[in-house]
Amino acid sequence: MSHSLVTMSYIVAAILFILSLSGLSNQETARKGNYYGMLGMAIAIIATTLSGTVSAFGVLMGALVVGGLIGARAATKVEMTQMPELVAIMHSMVGLAAVLVGYANFMDQTISLEGVEKTIHEIEIYVGILIGAVTFSGSVIAFGKLSEKINGKPLLLPGRHWLNLVLLIASVVLGYVFLQQTELGGDALIPLAIMTGIALIFGIHMVMAIGGADMPVVISMLNSYSGWAAAATGFMLSNDLLIVTGALVGSSGAILSYIMCKAMNRHFLSVIAGGFGTTSGGESAAIEGEVQPIDAEETAELLKAAKNIMIIPGYGMAVAQAQHTVYEITKLLRAKGKKVGFGIHPVAGRMPGHMNVLLAEAKVPYDIVYEMDEINDDFDKVDVSIVIGANDIVNPSALNDPNSPIAGMPVLECWKGETTIVLKRSMASGYAGVGNPLFVLENTRMLFGDANTTMQAVLKALEK
Amino acid sequence: MKIGIPKEIHLGEKRVATTPEAAAQIIKLGFSVSVESGAGINADISDEAYQSVGVEIVYDTQTLWEQSDIILKVRAPEFNPALNLFESQLLSPNSCLISFIWPAQNEALMQDLAIANHTVLAMDSVPRMSRAQKLDALSSMANIAGYRAIVEAAQHFGRFFTGQITAAGKIPPAKVLVIGAGVAGLAAIGTAKGMGAIVRSFDTRPEVKEQIESMDAEFLMLDFKEEGGGTGGYAKTMSKEFIEAEMALFAEQAKEVDIIVTTALIPGKPAPKLITTAMVESMKPGSVIVDLAAEQGGNCDLTEKDQVVVKNGVTLIGYTNLPSRLANQSSQLYATNLRHLLTELCPEKNGIINVNMEDEVIRGTTVIKEGKITWPPPAPKLSAAPTATVSETSSSTAETEPKKSFIPNSLKQLLPITIAGLALFGIGAVAPESFMTHFTVFVLACFVGYQVIWNVSHSLHTPLMSVTNAISSIIVIGAIVQISTANPTVTILAGAATLLAAINIFGGFLVTRRMLEMFRK
Repeated sequence: MSHSLVTMSYIVAAILFILSLSGLSNQETARKGNYYGMLGMAIAIIATTLSGTVSAFGVLMGALVVGGLIGARAATKVEMTQMPELVAIMHSMVGLAAVLVGYANFMDQTISLEGVEKTIHEIEIYVGILIGAVTFSGSVIAFGKLSEKINGKPLLLPGRHWLNLVLLIASVVLGYVFLQQTELGGDALIPLAIMTGIALIFGIHMVMAIGGADMPVVISMLNSYSGWAAAATGFMLSNDLLIVTGALVGSSGAILSYIMCKAMNRHFLSVIAGGFGTTSGGESAAIEGEVQPIDAEETAELLKAAKNIMIIPGYGMAVAQAQHTVYEITKLLRAKGKKVGFGIHPVAGRMPGHMNVLLAEAKVPYDIVYEMDEINDDFDKVDVSIVIGANDIVNPSALNDPNSPIAGMPVLECWKGETTIVLKRSMASGYAGVGNPLFVLENTRMLFGDANTTMQAVLKALEK
Repeated sequence: MKIGIPKEIHLGEKRVATTPEAAAQIIKLGFSVSVESGAGINADISDEAYQSVGVEIVYDTQTLWEQSDIILKVRAPEFNPALNLFESQLLSPNSCLISFIWPAQNEALMQDLAIANHTVLAMDSVPRMSRAQKLDALSSMANIAGYRAIVEAAQHFGRFFTGQITAAGKIPPAKVLVIGAGVAGLAAIGTAKGMGAIVRSFDTRPEVKEQIESMDAEFLMLDFKEEGGGTGGYAKTMSKEFIEAEMALFAEQAKEVDIIVTTALIPGKPAPKLITTAMVESMKPGSVIVDLAAEQGGNCDLTEKDQVVVKNGVTLIGYTNLPSRLANQSSQLYATNLRHLLTELCPEKNGIINVNMEDEVIRGTTVIKEGKITWPPPAPKLSAAPTATVSETSSSTAETEPKKSFIPNSLKQLLPITIAGLALFGIGAVAPESFMTHFTVFVLACFVGYQVIWNVSHSLHTPLMSVTNAISSIIVIGAIVQISTANPTVTILAGAATLLAAINIFGGFLVTRRMLEMFRK
């Protein structure tokens, strides 16, 4: 294949990737978008393979087939509740691949560059490996936290900001040493290896300091990093397709992080700096009052009497795997002519869009699943809101208590409806460690117990 | 502990203090429940219905009173002519009575009860606070009274409530005026509205305007500034000028409306006279007035307690037992109120009540504790705890204040842009041509990404992440390019990178496909 033909294939692939992302703008075109992505990837791989530089077809095919089989198996086996973990571990692979490609490129003696071009190339390798290593170790920790192999609480080392600063300075100094060594023909591998170690520690430390509720931001941030890692590799190899794709993914992740931060009214830097709720000024008002418990049968009675019902799912629904039961209830209520909707807060769950996927898995039609902004003004028309395993996203103190750690975060204003039923395992506070005055409001009833068990009891009572 | 429910002896009283549903719940709290035979018969509840949930039926009144540790009643104790005894005498020592008492009006009864270690809880003294709403029997009874008031009015009113256009001619809708929009008033508004009438309402408390309007009724504004909200959500007595303005309004309305329902009550005082004889005379013949304040002397001059009278062609209804006229419904609600009170009294669910005088709700309701009168209760504590901490909080925020702003705000905003510009310029100054071409592509791709991603639907964020994940594995190309060098280490590294990227490509695209298949309308 001629060089121009390869380049042309790359252009086609890049366009297909852009189409793939724009296809995700709505559910109808999303499936087509995914196929565009597959096609683009296939074209890119085939074109590269046939470009004439590849002769080790055996190794290549072996790696592709084995990797493909592992990937396909993971994709079919994964539970929808484990999506955040899967995404995190996949980020780590991109990171690790970027590190490996960086090292391979560094060791490849066939590339001969001179002067500034050589320096820039070395910097590209250095930066590519740095980003790749941070992405890798950060994602592995995020995976551990999400799959609860590592404690979800933020780990706050004393002087952690200083530690980060020291690591950063060390990386810059090592980068200088690395450049010196390559100029002089010394052993540049040592500073490169030390830097990789530092980057790995930096990634671990960064994610360890971030609490569970901030996971959506972390996941989208790592998504962004994996893109930048690909882009950096593109610079290193002078490959425009890699640059374009990396930039697309990088900006996608950055935008997602921004949306998530906005949905929590947090500053991006303060999320990354970690440690939630440790910096707020005054004391937040204590919550006084008594909760009013309700049982499953009374809940069913309330639902039978209601016309307009809003269900607000949170991470607790995912943990209890209650989405199928919830949809059975929804079907039953809809068959009785009631209006049932789902209200989704952008940061509900542990990754962007997590709740939507869970509901889709339970076959909830997506046209009754609403975004927060779509329904927040309509709560006064809602007769019964059911909050399933959510806490901070329905906390009124975010709006009316300026001292609350989550002050200013937009929340679903379910308390404006007639009655709110909150499903909860016990009276513990949410991930943010913030008490919730919603629970003691006059029109709130608490339904205690595992979300799935209680929802099944409600379903039974409704069927009677 | 044993709970006993005697048959009500007050003339015309049809209610009963528990229903089978409530009794079943009370038994779950660990109590045993006995009901006097025939106690529920006037509320359409048979002895068998009680028995089916495990309630014991007792045939003898005196036995029931004697054996019970707790007596649940509707009406305050009174003289039982059949036994020639006062009910207060029937109460066994150390036992507990829960019923309506009206301690302010019934001082003699209070003295009679305050002996022999009796404990008495008055359902009319439940404090008005949100926590106690579920045991607020006054509200549940008022709700029924409001509903029944309209039903009674409809019975004595010679026309439809709703307007109709029929072949036989046009029928105008009835006009209903509800004075006092408390629980009873609002229930009356809702019922009249449901029957199709035009409803107007007046209240001295301007804050109820919204509630009235939310029920689709018209709030009659008085062009006068004075607030009528007293403590505990009740009305207070108004100034003379206000009352004059109010009376003028009523006089004007009386000429126009067909039905007037009055519910004006001021706690501890006789009902205010709002509808004068002259106003009644000005009403159209066939009009109806339902006076819900008849027990406290009536809001209308001409009302006669417990009677229906016709004066100047206007029917005046002065029933005081409206809840009892809807006996089954009111028994159900009253029984539920009592059940909630028992739940409060018995937090351990062990069938033993604990009259905890530290609890504000129980303290307010208890009028006699172990033979000693505890009524009236001390003024309710206001939940004003946070005020003390306010000053501390503000001082601590004040300390953290002066940290900011040694860089002016405008400079702060410009700073990142300036730095970015300088950085770009710096790169441009030293970087070779080939790098700049790539850099152009990179910056443009960032902008394309920025434009495309903003359009992605929020609900597809998870698929977006998995698909971008798959796409970012384009890094595989970097690995493929390097896989065929002479250096075996490079081949191994590139091979491993290819493997990892391949996992991602297949995993990412396939899981995205799986997810997107689930999104169905």
